[in-house]
Amino acid sequence: MQRYLVHRLLQLIPSLFVASLFIFLIIQLSPGDPAAMMLGYDATQEELKAERVRLGLDQPLPIRYVIWLSDIARLNLGNSIPARRPVITMIAQAFPNTLRLALAAMSIAVILGFCMGALSALLKDSLLDSLITSLNSLGLAIPSFWLGILMILLFSVNLKWLPPSGVGEEGAGFLHNLKYLVMPVTTIAVHQTAVLARFVRSALIDVMSADYIRTARAKGLREASVVVRHALKNALIPIVTILGIQFARLVGGAVVTESVFAYAGIGRLVVVAILNRDYPVVQATLVLVVLMVLLINLAVDLLYGYLDPRIRFERSRR
Amino acid sequence: MSNLSVSLTESEGSKAEILKRRALETVSFGVIKRLLRNGKGAVGTVILLLLVAMGIWGAQLAPYNPNELNLDNLLASPSPQHWFGTDELGRDILSRVIFGASISLQAGVLAVVLGAIVGVLTGLPAGYLGGWRDAVIMRIWDTILALPSIFLAIGIVTILGPGRINAVIAVAVISMPAFARLVRGVTLSIVEQDFVEAARAIGCSDWRIMLRTIFPNCLTFLVVQMAIAAPTAILVEASLSYLGLGSQPPEASWGNMLSAAQGYLYRAPTYGIFPGLAIVLVVFGVNFFADGLQDALDPRRIHAAAKMK
Repeated sequence: MQRYLVHRLLQLIPSLFVASLFIFLIIQLSPGDPAAMMLGYDATQEELKAERVRLGLDQPLPIRYVIWLSDIARLNLGNSIPARRPVITMIAQAFPNTLRLALAAMSIAVILGFCMGALSALLKDSLLDSLITSLNSLGLAIPSFWLGILMILLFSVNLKWLPPSGVGEEGAGFLHNLKYLVMPVTTIAVHQTAVLARFVRSALIDVMSADYIRTARAKGLREASVVVRHALKNALIPIVTILGIQFARLVGGAVVTESVFAYAGIGRLVVVAILNRDYPVVQATLVLVVLMVLLINLAVDLLYGYLDPRIRFERSRR
Repeated sequence: MSNLSVSLTESEGSKAEILKRRALETVSFGVIKRLLRNGKGAVGTVILLLLVAMGIWGAQLAPYNPNELNLDNLLASPSPQHWFGTDELGRDILSRVIFGASISLQAGVLAVVLGAIVGVLTGLPAGYLGGWRDAVIMRIWDTILALPSIFLAIGIVTILGPGRINAVIAVAVISMPAFARLVRGVTLSIVEQDFVEAARAIGCSDWRIMLRTIFPNCLTFLVVQMAIAAPTAILVEASLSYLGLGSQPPEASWGNMLSAAQGYLYRAPTYGIFPGLAIVLVVFGVNFFADGLQDALDPRRIHAAAKMK
């Protein structure tokens, strides 16, 4: 297990390197002159030149990359251009909101998706299975921004039960702020539930047709025992993988959903920053998201190695 | 001795011919019949054809000019003159929805085809040439695959700037890793076969082997993967437009129509319903088409389904 762990950790480094290079290049290749953006368009040529030197833009690209990397490592993420606030403060404020959204939506999606997927797999080809599969297809086809708009229409405009946007006020009490979470979480959960239910269904169907299930039944085990002790446990492995991938994507910012509800999370931060050409924010957020995605993938791989002994011992067999 | 080698080449040659013929069967009449006999496939094909029709003949089908302003009739509800109502500048929503189909079609077709081309051009050498080329190419695609697709699309649009064409490029890039992996997989599975070695023996160049011998076998899988990737492509383009990073106003894309509609939810609640409905219908339809196509093309699935019943 330790060898596997070390191996996976080592694989993280080239991925981080490639990703950081990609992000750095994105920013450098983006249109716009950072010096002009900092000083405004009425700055003189001398002022612009001095600003470029100050920002280190006169250095060759590889040196700028190294400087940029060292800044990130020291958590010096720069200041937002329009807002003139440190980027790291903005991220520190937005990230917990996104995390709350992601965790809530994922929890609901896991419970619902698992139940629906398991039910439809065990009762395969029945009416319930067809119903659930159709619901899944619908959940996958609906764009989240349209679902969000429809929900706002119903719950904010017509029924006036829930606020249409925002993230709640500080210190206003848990229940009050909960109202702001309901619609965004539901919007995300619908799609995630559909993805998970479909996946759980196909994973379970694959497992249930395996030989060892036939053996367990032949041994005389009760069906419930067969399902829980053998089928589900083995189906868990691919399911955990997809869970991890989906969660990483969510943390990457349910960008669209946050925009629909003007929810002050990382996703919305990025979109607003791009539309304002606020490159320090875009850069820092991309780094954060990529880092989270890689770390979550690593955690999933480790969990995978723990759950499936074949993965752990694969190397030593060679 | 010479007789033996001739017959060996002939049998390998005919094997290659069979595989090539099977690949060309992708568009044969039998496949189309099977596709249409399947319920889902039929519905999906109809919707897809409708989308293509709206994309190509939108100008003839739309009752009004989608950019024609009518400042006396802003945000009107649906009526016999304007079946879907009018938007905040008095433009007919039905016409704009019809014209929006062409943008979604561009995403679903152009972007996916572009992704397929690049996927093929990188997947073939990765599988055939192997070695460090394989490692480098697949490492790049794996890194891209690991990033959330919306985020990747946003990253690309950041470099290129907002716009319809850049959104199409971003969507194409998102679909490329899947195509590359698919083509690489197929290539790996047939690269050891004798007819490939025979081609190498006569002195064909690597690229000639890859394109004329290996590539036809990928066609079936490519077509299916394109049908599978299209709905996601359409959704991502719509999302980008919604965020303001794709087609810009006054272009009528379903995504940016929804974004505008959100500002008028209190005054014109029906505005936002129709573009979204169009997206759902098209995504559903293309998904059905992909499922039907898979069933029609894969003889095993048909026989398995028949056996189970």
